[in-house]
Amino acid sequence: MGNSFRIGYGAAVVTAATLAAAGAGALALLAVGASPLATYATIFTGPFKDLFGVSEILVRAVPLILVALGIAISFRSGIINIGAEGQMLMGILAATATALALKGLPGWALLPLTLLAGAAGGGLWAGIAGLLRARLGVNEILSTVMLNYIAAQLYTFLLRGPMIDPGELETGSGTPQSMRLPRAAWLSRLVPGTRLHTGLLLALVLAVAVYVLLWHTTWGFRLRAAGAEAKAARYAGISVERSLVTAMVLSGAFAGLAGAVELTGVHHRAIENISSGYGFAGIVVALFGALHPAGIVPAAVFFGLLLVGADMTQRTAGVPANMILVLQGVIILAIVSAKMYLNNAYAQERARRMWARLRRPSSAAPRPGGLS
Amino acid sequence: MHNDAAAAVEPILELRLAGITKRFPGILACDDIALDIRRGEVLALVGENGAGKSTLMNILAGMYQPDAGTITLNGRPVRFRDPSDAHARGIGMVHQDFMLVPNMTVAENVALGLRRLHRCLRLDLAEARRLLLETAARHELPVHPDAYVWQLSVGEQQRVELIKTLCFGAQVLILDEPTSALTPQETDDLIDRLKRMSAQLAIVFISHKLNEVKALSDRVAILRRGAVVFQGPTTEQSPADLAALMTGREVVLPHNEGRAQGGAAILEARQLQVRGDRGHLAVDGLDLSLHAGEILGLAGVSGNGQRELAEALTGLRPVAAGGIRFLGRDCTHTGVAARIAAGLGYIPEDRHHEGIVPAFSVQENLALKDFATRRFSVGGLLRLRALADHAAGLRRHFDIRCASTAAAAGSLSGGNIQKVILARELAREPRALVAVYPTRGVDLGAQEFIHAQLLARRAAGGGVLLISEELEELMNLSDRIAVIYKGRILKVLPSAEATRERLGLLMAGVIDGE
Repeated sequence: MGNSFRIGYGAAVVTAATLAAAGAGALALLAVGASPLATYATIFTGPFKDLFGVSEILVRAVPLILVALGIAISFRSGIINIGAEGQMLMGILAATATALALKGLPGWALLPLTLLAGAAGGGLWAGIAGLLRARLGVNEILSTVMLNYIAAQLYTFLLRGPMIDPGELETGSGTPQSMRLPRAAWLSRLVPGTRLHTGLLLALVLAVAVYVLLWHTTWGFRLRAAGAEAKAARYAGISVERSLVTAMVLSGAFAGLAGAVELTGVHHRAIENISSGYGFAGIVVALFGALHPAGIVPAAVFFGLLLVGADMTQRTAGVPANMILVLQGVIILAIVSAKMYLNNAYAQERARRMWARLRRPSSAAPRPGGLS
Repeated sequence: MHNDAAAAVEPILELRLAGITKRFPGILACDDIALDIRRGEVLALVGENGAGKSTLMNILAGMYQPDAGTITLNGRPVRFRDPSDAHARGIGMVHQDFMLVPNMTVAENVALGLRRLHRCLRLDLAEARRLLLETAARHELPVHPDAYVWQLSVGEQQRVELIKTLCFGAQVLILDEPTSALTPQETDDLIDRLKRMSAQLAIVFISHKLNEVKALSDRVAILRRGAVVFQGPTTEQSPADLAALMTGREVVLPHNEGRAQGGAAILEARQLQVRGDRGHLAVDGLDLSLHAGEILGLAGVSGNGQRELAEALTGLRPVAAGGIRFLGRDCTHTGVAARIAAGLGYIPEDRHHEGIVPAFSVQENLALKDFATRRFSVGGLLRLRALADHAAGLRRHFDIRCASTAAAAGSLSGGNIQKVILARELAREPRALVAVYPTRGVDLGAQEFIHAQLLARRAAGGGVLLISEELEELMNLSDRIAVIYKGRILKVLPSAEATRERLGLLMAGVIDGE
């Protein structure tokens, strides 16, 4: 009843959670008159039908990885960042302004500067919430959510006014978007004929970097100690306030960078709805990936698959794309519940007892317990 | 008896455990244990940390299922599937950590657990109050039913826990280290009350403190490594006998034998004023000086400014007025990190949340103050190998019992957590060490070890400020004993002149005439 039981228990919980999510999702799909089987088939196999589908999964995974890495840093450091969406927008604005202002620079200088500007934009925006928390004790969940609204309004205002493409005003169409970035500020394509760009490599390198930062540096040690138990960190001479601000700025920088990468890799100009909710989905990816880079990368790919698959269901199965939000919600609930069962020793003990009772009639002699 | 909760079950005359065995991965927590408890008596259950006391009682209270063995009530076998099952049969447990909702009143806390008072959307609070007052009166446990729990002292909260359990109809009362958070006065009071209550109940009393065991219990059962090694009347055993049975060897708590070495003053507080959490001056004009090579005991009833003093000395709490000098330098407003670097050690009162980061591994906790030094990092990168080697050495030297040094420190027992803290602080060879209640709630073996370590630090020329409520401990270890009362030092006595009576009077604020 040792390890084999625990593995079996874990597998049973995960299977049950998957079935529950699939079942609840199926009910929702039936309610809108779609076939659950066909929809699931489209979501999970559709994107794999051709190279473009596969590349699209990764295109979606890139900003998700970057946002989720930042979220992992903040959560591990004891400060909860719900503002990645707003920080992405601020990053995009900063990156766009930088790339347009320094138009003449060669690519080797312009592209890094643009990406750095994005990170700085997101980092500074998040820093506001970090400072408010460290100095005044303002709840960061509240402040980051509110900063999201401000960022969204600011973004719309700038794209409709000061930063609008002059061409749009000349033609009179007035689409709220910035001028196109100079080619020198574009991330190059990884696979010709797809939208997959070198931002993927950057994201993977940064995933390793975040792992090293958190678990192999004194800096990460400080952040994690302050996050895990502020009292003990203070006792050990760590400045918890500084750690909170650092973590928030770093977290926002990752979100801002995600925006800048999306900008320079995919759209090449600031447009409306460019963040596509990555700032929120990234939080889910981070939690799904257990706040660890090694979990976040596959989790981001999985959510990329869900997003691309959902787009396809709209076309092939006639399911509204918004349904994927419902499915996402169901999946999150299933994960959270499964985690509770996996970590709860009391539930595990009860399952162990039930298992023992089921086994007893089948074996003649009472089995001694202990490690098998 | 007209208590309907108690009337619902038959009176428990005798409870018997036989052949109780429970395994956890890698450990045999209970090994074929037989015990019996009768109405009208107090059974003390003693043993070192990890001897299996808590597991055994959790089995009795329905939290765990035994792998083998039987429980019989009045001669009939019973099985408790969960805690409510055990409750319904009249077995109640008061846990070491109180299970009360602080922002509810006493009556509301009692009503929470009484299912029958919940009628649809209405809660019958009047009935809860009636039951509460009746139980309180029957067992002579005065409480105010309308007081909020957060307003009560720790001792009063303890009493609420007791009444709550009795209101649920407990006839067998299991108390898991009920005195570990109490002041000496509260402890004496609790023991008196339990003695009087025991006529109507069967009480199982778990404790490390052998003088309490002697004072309260009729019979004693000693657990060692999951097995009962002794069971018999308490009167026939001296505390030393019990200690030897508990640890399996002779236990002699070490004494401070050497004469004071009269070294230079290393840590001084001058007219110190420090504010408490509620803004009042918890330390108010305190003068104290700790010398190299001495153990300075600080006696006092907890809540007289000890915590605030310790935090001000270590830099965790701002100083309102006055000054602190460490190694001859003014450090009244120096940060925590600078004082640590200068050689100030601190064993905090709250070992679970302040002394360690519970989610961090044992080895990370052992380097909590030194991870950024050249020994454990190069250019900002941690030397994980050095961390592990350091931890392995300390684990051996301080006999820290853990599955591995990579295990989360929070998963260790209280005594072992204290050893982790002690190991970290002493390995840094601090010039001055502030130790707050260093042996509170740890077993006798660990206590002996901690005392020896503190004496060794003294012998090595370090100064130790030992803040404690245990007079025995203070008199055994200290060169001088200062008594703190209402944030001020009332008197400093050479250890030779300190007697229990004198210290007791001083702690109560009475200055003896000379």
